Amino acid sequence: MEKNINVTLKIWRQVGPNEKGKFETYKLDNVSTDSSFLEMMDVLNERLISERKVPIAFDHDCREGICGMCSLYINGHPHGPDGEITTCQLHMRNFKDGQTIVIEPWRSAAFPIIRDLMVDRGAFDKIIQAGGYVSINTGGVPDANSIPIAKVDADEAMDAASCIGCGACAAACKNSSAMLFVAAKVSQLALLPQGKVEAAHRAKAMVAKMDELGFGNCTNTGACEAECPKNVSISHIARLNREFLSAKFKD
Amino acid sequence: MWLIDSSIGRKLIMSITGVFLVLFLLFHSLMNIVVIISPEGYNMICEFLGANWYAMIATSILAAGFVIHILYALFLTFQNMRARGAVKYALKKNQKEVEWTSQNMFILGTIVFGFLVLHLYNFWFKMQFVELSGHGDVSKAADGAYWVSQLFSSWIYCVVYIVWLSALWLHLTHGVWSALQSLGLNNKTWLPRVKTISNIISTIVILMFMSIPIYYLLGFGSGI
Ligand code: HEM
Ligand code: SF4
Ligand code: FES
Repeated sequence: MEKNINVTLKIWRQVGPNEKGKFETYKLDNVSTDSSFLEMMDVLNERLISERKVPIAFDHDCREGICGMCSLYINGHPHGPDGEITTCQLHMRNFKDGQTIVIEPWRSAAFPIIRDLMVDRGAFDKIIQAGGYVSINTGGVPDANSIPIAKVDADEAMDAASCIGCGACAAACKNSSAMLFVAAKVSQLALLPQGKVEAAHRAKAMVAKMDELGFGNCTNTGACEAECPKNVSISHIARLNREFLSAKFKD
Repeated sequence: MWLIDSSIGRKLIMSITGVFLVLFLLFHSLMNIVVIISPEGYNMICEFLGANWYAMIATSILAAGFVIHILYALFLTFQNMRARGAVKYALKKNQKEVEWTSQNMFILGTIVFGFLVLHLYNFWFKMQFVELSGHGDVSKAADGAYWVSQLFSSWIYCVVYIVWLSALWLHLTHGVWSALQSLGLNNKTWLPRVKTISNIISTIVILMFMSIPIYYLLGFGSGI
């Protein structure tokens, strides 16, 4: 049922990567519980603009949970306190009248702040690039079922492929480890025959890039899986470890 | 060298040394409960594991296992703190799935290490070390049962050892399954099973150790 609530927002403001940031407090009245969290942020920004103040910078794009652009650490959780959704899918009905909401950017040495709540997640793109190409036979469309793939493998690969690269895993991890993301990207290909050709090289190159960019060492806390909006399982991390270790032992 | 340069390589070392230490604990705890069943039998084991060449080799390998585990723990923990960045979250909460132990392995390890030093002083220093150096009372160097009953005649030491073993238990409930995960020996079906197995292993090991101070605390060991 729709109703309106008043909230207090404590938002991280930071002018640039090397400036010192601090929290600013904003009061926002009459927020519809039917509005999304980002719509609430839009309303606040409209107000700041009308007051001739600088609006708050935050990332977003599709606003339907598929692109991985939105971020925000809301009340101690990446993508907010509600489970298995992205920030753009979070609604104001999850908050109470009079509540204080703390909004911070992803914090990790590998994700430097660009401005306010916006961070540079280019590190993830660099890891994907390091993964390299996938060999495919071009030509006519192959016959259906000419490459048999077990249903369990196909499902597992699809689960891994649901990762949207948002970075919540590394943001939530006490070690700032990107293992869940890298594991998902390695698994989605390693499980399929098409991805097997470069599998060993891919695992080594992506892990090397991840380490080079300053992400931490995974200690299997499971915070990544618990906060991942797509519920990517840490069993993919075990697969990544397996792929990486067997590739190294073969060398 | 990828065992130092890569995060998964470092985790490999961490998990192998961890599993090695767990296997040692399993042996050590099995050996220890003999002191309850038969103090004479226990002393025979102590005699056998005195300052002989084979016991010395085993002790050196064990010490190396500890040193490597601890050095890597320091190395990993330092890197992880740096990766977290300079500015911390003002508000950070954990989902209930995140085990407390998994976030505090270094603290638990440090507690374990502190008591380990005390433990070496309590036993090793009075037994194998005496045999090696020739200083001290050599006649009691293989009398493990004597030193056990001596130490645990004080209830304070019983409690200290129980606290120590509790910290070790917490370290192991996360450590054992984490080591298997680091080695890649895990998947979706096995994840809950691996966790259960590691809880069982760590609980059995710790209960075997703990039975001794509890036995003395309850007054059964006073006759020896
Ligand atoms: C009897 C003693 C010990 C045993 C049996 C033991 C066992 C283990 C095991 C099995 C792991 C899991 C490895 C993995 O996650 O891959 C582990 C992790 C760890 N241990 Fe120990 N440990 C012992 C003592 C210590 C000590 C003295 C310290 C140091 C201060 C320490 C610090 C750590 C840390 C920080 C981790 C987490 C590392 C990570 O998960 O990346 N441990 N330990
Ligand atoms: S694994 Fe989950 S939390 Fe990590 S980047 Fe992918 S979708 Fe985001
Ligand atoms: S804006 Fe695209 S996932 Fe949230």
